[in-house]
Amino acid sequence: MSDLTKLTLADALDALAAKKVSSVELTDAFLAAIDKANPHLNAYVVVTHKKARKMAAESDARRAKGKAGRLDGAPLGIKDLFCTEGVRSTACSAVLGDFTPTYESTVTANLWRDGAVMLGKLNMDEFAMGSSNETSAFGPVTNPWRSSGSNAKLTPGGSSGGSASATAAYLCLAATATDTGGSIRQPASFTGTVGIKPTYGRCSRWGIVAFASSLDQAGPIAKTVKDAAIMLTSMCGHDAKDSTSLNVETPDFTKAVGRSVKGLKIGVPKEYRVDGMPAEIDALWEQGIAQLKDAGCEIVPVSLPHTKYALPAYYIIAPAEASSNLARYDGMRFGARKAGKDLTETYEATRAAGFGKEVQRRILIGTYVLSAGYYDAYYLRAQKVRSRIAEDFTNVFDKVDAILTPTAPSAAFALGEKAGDPVQMYLNDIFTVTTNLAGLPGISVPAGLDAKGLPLGLQVIGRALDEETVFAVASALEKAAGFTAKPGVWW
Amino acid sequence: MAVDENTVRRVAHLARIALPEDRLAPMAAEINGILAWIDQLNEVDVEGVAPMTSVVAAKLPLREDVVTDGGDARKVLANAPKTEDGFFVVPKVVE
Repeated sequence: MSDLTKLTLADALDALAAKKVSSVELTDAFLAAIDKANPHLNAYVVVTHKKARKMAAESDARRAKGKAGRLDGAPLGIKDLFCTEGVRSTACSAVLGDFTPTYESTVTANLWRDGAVMLGKLNMDEFAMGSSNETSAFGPVTNPWRSSGSNAKLTPGGSSGGSASATAAYLCLAATATDTGGSIRQPASFTGTVGIKPTYGRCSRWGIVAFASSLDQAGPIAKTVKDAAIMLTSMCGHDAKDSTSLNVETPDFTKAVGRSVKGLKIGVPKEYRVDGMPAEIDALWEQGIAQLKDAGCEIVPVSLPHTKYALPAYYIIAPAEASSNLARYDGMRFGARKAGKDLTETYEATRAAGFGKEVQRRILIGTYVLSAGYYDAYYLRAQKVRSRIAEDFTNVFDKVDAILTPTAPSAAFALGEKAGDPVQMYLNDIFTVTTNLAGLPGISVPAGLDAKGLPLGLQVIGRALDEETVFAVASALEKAAGFTAKPGVWW
Repeated sequence: MAVDENTVRRVAHLARIALPEDRLAPMAAEINGILAWIDQLNEVDVEGVAPMTSVVAAKLPLREDVVTDGGDARKVLANAPKTEDGFFVVPKVVE
């Protein structure tokens, strides 16, 4: 086979099953590609050459005995937010130092149970707080896509920037990612990849470094809708170690890919047509609507009246939960300690040195909105607004089966372009954050290119636990869009 | 201004983050910018609305109150900045 790294996950698994390629060959091809590309893209913060080759050899041995699992031999990248036993896991924060877990997160353990191979740990915004991967302690990731006629470095989005960049640049078959406000879907949109955040509780959060526990969900970034379905089927499942993990069966999501969407009612929310949105995104959205109509869907205009309040509510709830979750980083039991003259000063010095600027800002906001006298005005009100937002979706899902929106309000922007203005950066998540607040599944599918040749995604939102309809609609869009554009290899 | 330098100093201490004096004013400005944007939440009618405390309508599961894990001090201490004889070593707490 010519270039093994260009295979989709589904095709690679078929080739492995047909013994046209071994996992060792496939893994070596990816390791070579990473070694060549990573100095330019900075997608990986740890490359586990030795472990990958060992896992690949073990996979080949299993397959030879006829005992191959669902993902056997498939080389994957793992976001650095997932704890991986014996492999440095830092959430791309200096505060974790060289933290090397003695345990494995449930989601990654599920992948290894099914035979997957780990290539390494992927770069991300520090503690998943960011939309451009610029807050990482290991420096930003570069998007493999460039505007036509320009060499300017673009962001792959965030926080799962490494996952998106590595998947788009053929540095893994697929990657794990996490999504608290849009961190899977916005990077997928920026890199021409597919990313799904499942229903809250589908994936166990055990062993994933916590950011905002009521919003965090794991999911995959992959090359195609089918690949995302293969990944998600392995990642999900009930886990007694996470009290919010749902005790429900995980369907084989791949069965929903390609399923007819005839007769489905698709909601188009008018509130997602926001001021200042580029005309191209509006046009792409119209194109998606027309494609679903052609596929036999009924288009229903709907209203989600509290949409504009989702981001402000999120920027109370998420920092509040983060300030509480991140209290554990005190330099005593793990991570990097910076000594002060007494215990309190040691805490203060450790956290000042260990947390980056954006993380500090969010901890301070979270501490402030939870502090005496402000709790009711900020936190309690935000939780009530959150109820309103969830209610909007409940009302709309009485009438429709899925909702179609753009994924992000822009294409990939230049590194540094929005770094100085937190609110401008936060607005990246305007279309994605609502599903985190309501706990619903959402997928981003590449739908077209803008005038500069950069990918743009559309988002499909479904009812809680109805990822299957989401996959069916996403695959109809994928088929209709025929998105085959790839970034030119310059790295 | 909702948040002044003194408030930032107090909140930073609550959060146990050493913030140098010259960062207090810029941080206050940044936080005020974000809070001004957040203030639009006051437009929402939340009369009689219950705050959302659980994303999915699921009852938290209970289990038997028995030991399910533990007994491996080596693993617990593996990432500690300072240890001695199977204990964490921390700065002096009691004078």
